[in-house]
Amino acid sequence: MGLENRSDDNIITTTVDKVINWGRKNSLWPMPFGTACCAIEMMATLASKYDLSRFGAEAIRFSPRQSDLLIVSGRISLKMMPVLKKIYDQMPEPKWVISMGACASCGGVFDTYTLIQGVDQFLPVDMYIPGCPPRPEDLIDAVLQIQRQIDAGEFPKGTIPDANSVSVAG
Amino acid sequence: MSEEEKDTTNSEKSPAVFERVKEQFQDGVLDLSEEFDELSIVAHKDFVYGILEFLKNDAELSYDFLVDVTAVDYSQMEDVLTKYDYARFMVVYHLYSYKTGHRLRVKAPVHEKELSVRTVTSLWKGAAWLEREAYDMFGITFENHPDLRRILMPDDFEGYPLCKDYPLRGRGERETFDFERQNA
Ligand code: SF4
Repeated sequence: MGLENRSDDNIITTTVDKVINWGRKNSLWPMPFGTACCAIEMMATLASKYDLSRFGAEAIRFSPRQSDLLIVSGRISLKMMPVLKKIYDQMPEPKWVISMGACASCGGVFDTYTLIQGVDQFLPVDMYIPGCPPRPEDLIDAVLQIQRQIDAGEFPKGTIPDANSVSVAG
Repeated sequence: MSEEEKDTTNSEKSPAVFERVKEQFQDGVLDLSEEFDELSIVAHKDFVYGILEFLKNDAELSYDFLVDVTAVDYSQMEDVLTKYDYARFMVVYHLYSYKTGHRLRVKAPVHEKELSVRTVTSLWKGAAWLEREAYDMFGITFENHPDLRRILMPDDFEGYPLCKDYPLRGRGERETFDFERQNA
């Protein structure tokens, strides 16, 4: 654009969306929903050895109202699903969902009456992580993939496109 | 009695328990058995409360700890069914004695048409949740239970999932959710 030509080198122009997305991607606030063994790997990812804070996502919040990345790590039972849904509903938009491990993604080996065979039946999942349990590297990779999506300006699966274009407040 | 002195194998004392119970509740005892070093008493369900009370309060036997209350659905085990007059379920009590270190299993056959047993919450308060679980999974009701509700499954769940005729993959409840109703 012409604006940059007319000013000094210390001014750059960009779009508001780009700046916002840059901020968003580098400060994802995860809401951990750890119900089983996968949660142990998630804790390892957040602890010092794997250190998710290198990617700006270390501010774990147990309040869904302060977070924008739901990490479902573990089995979700019939009785837990309404709770999970309620937590997801409370998160402010835009929000992303990671389904971590075989159980959250498809029920895993627990093909029984009481286990939800994949949370994607009830939640819009943005990223699936295979494995039982997935290694911390896999979770980090999923977070990075989500960062890439945000950077590219993609909407999370759960957004209603119209509501999003109006603005977050709308 | 210290830990070392406890005779943890049942073999020595086994006849004593059986003798005492048999002496007290002749008609109520349906079967006495010792298998794999484990003692089991099968008792008529009308007597089972009395037997448990006796086992708990007897100074010598002193089975003072209720380890578990559960149930078994024998609907597919023909030999057990025929033995106990086609009673489909058995309520199972596991006892442990802190005094002697002995364990004991007490079972009571219950028919499907009168699916209820007297609660043992008056003997052991801890039985409350164990009985709720048996109720939740098998539909067995416990008379005079203080708070007989489902404990593991959602309150509006239909059916009793540990019954042998309940399909392993359920009846479609895991695929269909009415969130509006759940949150109302
Ligand atoms: S996927 Fe494996 S590790 Fe993860 S919750 Fe299921 S059983 Fe546990």
